[in-house]
Amino acid sequence: MLKISHVSKTFNKGTVNEKKALTDIRLHLEKGDFVTIIGGNGAGKSTLMNMVAGVYPMDCGTIFLDGVNLSREPEYKRAALLGRVFQDPMMGTAASMQIEENLALAARRGRRRGLRWGVTREERARYHEELKRLGLGLEERMTAKVGLLSGGQRQALTLLMATLKEPKLLLLDEHTAALDPKTARKVLELTDEIVTGRHLTAMMVTHNMKDAIAIGNRLVMMSEGRIIYDVKGEEKKRLKVADLLAKFEEASAGAFANDRMLLS
Amino acid sequence: MSGMMLAIQGALGQGILWGIMGLGIYLTFRILDIADLSVDGTFALGGCTCAALMVRAGMDPYLAVLLSTAAGMAAGFVTGILYTKCEIPAILAGILTQLGLYSVNLRIMDKSNTPFLKVDTIFKQLVDGTGLSQSWVSLLAGCVVAFALVGVLYWFFGTELGSAIRATGTNENMARSQGMNTNTYKILGLALSNGMVALSGALVSQHQGYADVKQGMGAIVIGLASIIIGEVILGHKTNFAMKLVSVLVGSCIYRIIVAVVLQLGLSTDDLKLLTAVLVALALSAPVLLEKRRRAASYSEAGEEERHA
Ligand SMILES: Nc1ncnc2c1ncn2[C@@H]1O[C@H](COP(=O)(O)OP(=O)(O)OP(=O)(O)O)[C@@H](O)[C@H]1O
Ligand SMILES: [Mg+2]
Repeated sequence: MLKISHVSKTFNKGTVNEKKALTDIRLHLEKGDFVTIIGGNGAGKSTLMNMVAGVYPMDCGTIFLDGVNLSREPEYKRAALLGRVFQDPMMGTAASMQIEENLALAARRGRRRGLRWGVTREERARYHEELKRLGLGLEERMTAKVGLLSGGQRQALTLLMATLKEPKLLLLDEHTAALDPKTARKVLELTDEIVTGRHLTAMMVTHNMKDAIAIGNRLVMMSEGRIIYDVKGEEKKRLKVADLLAKFEEASAGAFANDRMLLS
Repeated sequence: MSGMMLAIQGALGQGILWGIMGLGIYLTFRILDIADLSVDGTFALGGCTCAALMVRAGMDPYLAVLLSTAAGMAAGFVTGILYTKCEIPAILAGILTQLGLYSVNLRIMDKSNTPFLKVDTIFKQLVDGTGLSQSWVSLLAGCVVAFALVGVLYWFFGTELGSAIRATGTNENMARSQGMNTNTYKILGLALSNGMVALSGALVSQHQGYADVKQGMGAIVIGLASIIIGEVILGHKTNFAMKLVSVLVGSCIYRIIVAVVLQLGLSTDDLKLLTAVLVALALSAPVLLEKRRRAASYSEAGEEERHA
């Protein structure tokens, strides 16, 4: 489904701020794979997501999604195939527009936008049903401005918007990190329900190792711009948080050794 | 009628014609969240194109207004390209277009001022046709055009395309991640906005009887004044159609203020300063009032203590 091959990215190349964020990433996902991605701050998780979404151009390598070469497509064109939820609840919705308008914008992802009505009556009925399933009572407030919603409500709405038109790949970048524990739990459950229930292919970045193990069928660990660990199926299910911590130790020890080599 | 009443009636007619420019500025300033300074240039472009077409080429006044609007859209398109494709900051992109248009306008008219002599302006035709006074005609004709535009804008921003432009102005990141080509929508918005500004420029110059390369000076500030006065008077919490109408109301009130101070003996040379002060006051008043309110309501005692 998703084939990432030899993707590298260096920010601010040739300046003092040069930062190698991704090195020769290779990652293949099967249809229906639900991958959780973990790794320390600055490991390159968000950058990897942004490469797939086309937020910045990549330095080299290719990205194919469902047979389509995305490598040089602009962000708005790739969006036709992708669903995205961001860490910041403010980023995924238009605050000054109504809930139903936001949904209608999302429902038209990848379609030409013309002079037909922005929201039709049939759509409203559909959105009412979809919102009801979130269980947050938003179906009663469809004409309310999204800016009035709480962070958790906005994140749930963004998740619905990302999946309203079935994406080939769903990208979730720490989408529960800004929420209180209870709301985060709720949004995570919704995510699992939607992704597993509809057999979506998804990548989810999280800092919660328990969640990373419990959710999805595959786990990827990143460190310093590389994928250092990739497990799936039964092996993943058997993982313990302690195993992951050990892996982290191993990776950061390696990094430390590198630093020492540089210094000596 | 007293001099003051006549002045106010004239002000309303002017207010509505300039209000059309206010609608255009509202599109960029409030919907797209871009401060577009091309406006000073495109307002004059509208007038100059219209004058050149009518006086030099003998064109029908309605057709001339239409083509002037198209010229304004082209200018907005240029600003849009500079801003999006060339990534020049919006303010600077607008200033570049504005500066360039000064020369363009001089070229179009071949001089700095063109009176509408020996040609029938829309307003003259209407005065002759209806027998009403010039100020009534400009008020009525202005209202017809302005309210038709409000209707069209209300419809347009309810469509898929209009919604996409609104989303682009509200949250570009969201717009792109939902597959919208935000550059295209910004260019489109700037073109539509400047089209309306040039339309207003063409009507205003026909109304005042001449076009001048300097007629757009300070137009952006006058437009902002109209928007802000309208918001202060009719409030933020109205629906979209009322927000557009409030721009027209704001524009009329601005013209009445101008008419009154002119009657009181201020010279037209002082108007620019007056406008600048007015806009600065209107922009800062809500901020200052809020600060005062907060300072006044602060107390060292906790809430419960105070209420106990
Ligand atoms: N736009 C950018 N410009 C310059 N450097 C960047 C940019 N985005 C990311 N980086 C750098 O690339 C590296 C990887 O960043 P990235 O955001 O991908 O990390 P992450 O794994 O998502 O970390 P976190 O868990 O903190 O979100 C970091 O060193 C970061 O400073
Ligand atoms: Mg990150």
